[in-house]
Amino acid sequence: MAKIIVVTSGKGGVGKTTTSAAIGTGLALRGFKTVVIDFDVGLRNLDLIMGCERRVVYDFVNVINKEANLNQALIKDKRTPGLYILPASQTRDKDALTMEGVQTVLDNLAKDFEYIICDSPAGIEQGAQMALYFADEAIVVTNPEVSSVRDSDRILGILQSKSLKAEQGGTVKEHLLLTRYNPERVAAAEMLSVADVEDILAVPLLGVIPESDAVLKASNQGAPVILDHESEAGQAYLDAVSRLLGEEVEHRFLEVQKKGFLKRLLGGKK
Amino acid sequence: MTDVCFQMKGTAVTAVVMDLYNYSSGVFYEQLKQKIDTAPHFFNASPLVLNLSSYDGLLQSEHLSQVVASCRELGLQPMACKAAPEHLLGAIKKLGMACLPASNARTTKIEAEPVAQVESPRATKIITRPIRSGQQVYAEGSDLILMAAVSEGAEVLADGHIHVYGPLRGRALAGVKGDTDARIFCRQMEAELVSIAGYFILNDKLREQCWKQPAQVYLEGESIQVAAL
Repeated sequence: MAKIIVVTSGKGGVGKTTTSAAIGTGLALRGFKTVVIDFDVGLRNLDLIMGCERRVVYDFVNVINKEANLNQALIKDKRTPGLYILPASQTRDKDALTMEGVQTVLDNLAKDFEYIICDSPAGIEQGAQMALYFADEAIVVTNPEVSSVRDSDRILGILQSKSLKAEQGGTVKEHLLLTRYNPERVAAAEMLSVADVEDILAVPLLGVIPESDAVLKASNQGAPVILDHESEAGQAYLDAVSRLLGEEVEHRFLEVQKKGFLKRLLGGKK
Repeated sequence: MTDVCFQMKGTAVTAVVMDLYNYSSGVFYEQLKQKIDTAPHFFNASPLVLNLSSYDGLLQSEHLSQVVASCRELGLQPMACKAAPEHLLGAIKKLGMACLPASNARTTKIEAEPVAQVESPRATKIITRPIRSGQQVYAEGSDLILMAAVSEGAEVLADGHIHVYGPLRGRALAGVKGDTDARIFCRQMEAELVSIAGYFILNDKLREQCWKQPAQVYLEGESIQVAAL
């Protein structure tokens, strides 16, 4: 039985799609057959970050409307075996998703895949609720600043009240992923610390992704940052995938790193 | 998941209440006109509730129609009849007005048999999950126990006491049906607002004492007190 994981946040621009691409790729790298679905109908981005935008012919909405079958719409990732993408439609809006349609697609995908990653749109409206409704687990992406934390709190409330699991009396397993974390700015009290965010949200920490130029570079190149083993962000995502699979991995990149003599000389910043 | 068409809310509307003692057509109109002339702006288009509980004798339905007609002519908006005798119910309906129960009916009943008000007490509501921003929990007719945090932007309400064992960062309203003895207890006071029986204080006042400390909130007279636990 496939596990459905929603990547959500409430707030926009915190790194949901980057995280969906990275976690999806990471799970596939670990040998799990994984599909990442872009629920952000009308603002299609996932295919860009995954570098397959030119290969999109049919999309999620076409499948829901039965204008194409699933196999026609699924895009096989060229870099990572076992990884597939179901892109969103760019020309439609979020009302094009229907509950029955989404359920049918997820049911069909569940036959073939071990992990289904739902990349949620921002907001708490229908599109976001549709993305989280069928989820077994949720990765809540948060930036270390108050408005993002507040919105994550809101979406956690919706997860535990408006999801299928909640309606059946169960709970959606929650994971907190802090992105754009900058230990130097935390030390300067310009940013909330991991402890602050954990205190407010009280959700188990899946990972902390340091702010990194590698993320921007990866997005622009259309290669998920997790493939960049040199970067701290890529390594942090690898750790997060391990934790998602139940392994115990110590958190890294939380402290300000003292630059060594050589590093200072070379001005190295990864 | 269709869009919600409406929301039901309770509200209190300010209305003028007219206690009608007796009625004779010409006199009533004259007296009402005089009354309205003393403060024409105050009465202009004012909603009016006709209270018949003090009416001397039996009001006839045609007289009621005349009263209502006079009121409407003089710019009032009669909207309901209070304590109407049974034979007038049909007439009131025909006039497009609502029937309200006599206001003192409930108080006398409580005085007469105070035990009757104590309905079978409900079990205290216990919630183990955090109450997140945007969520609302109401313990109707009982106390409320919250085992985890109440986030900023969340709202917890109870007819009785409220106990919070995580940090209280949202709004907590105890005794919402008017129980002035209700209290709020929490292990970490960081609330946006606390209220007992409708009296409330805000975050800036709360910061003055017991901030982030264990505290209780209670009502003394008409003022909210915060004390360390």
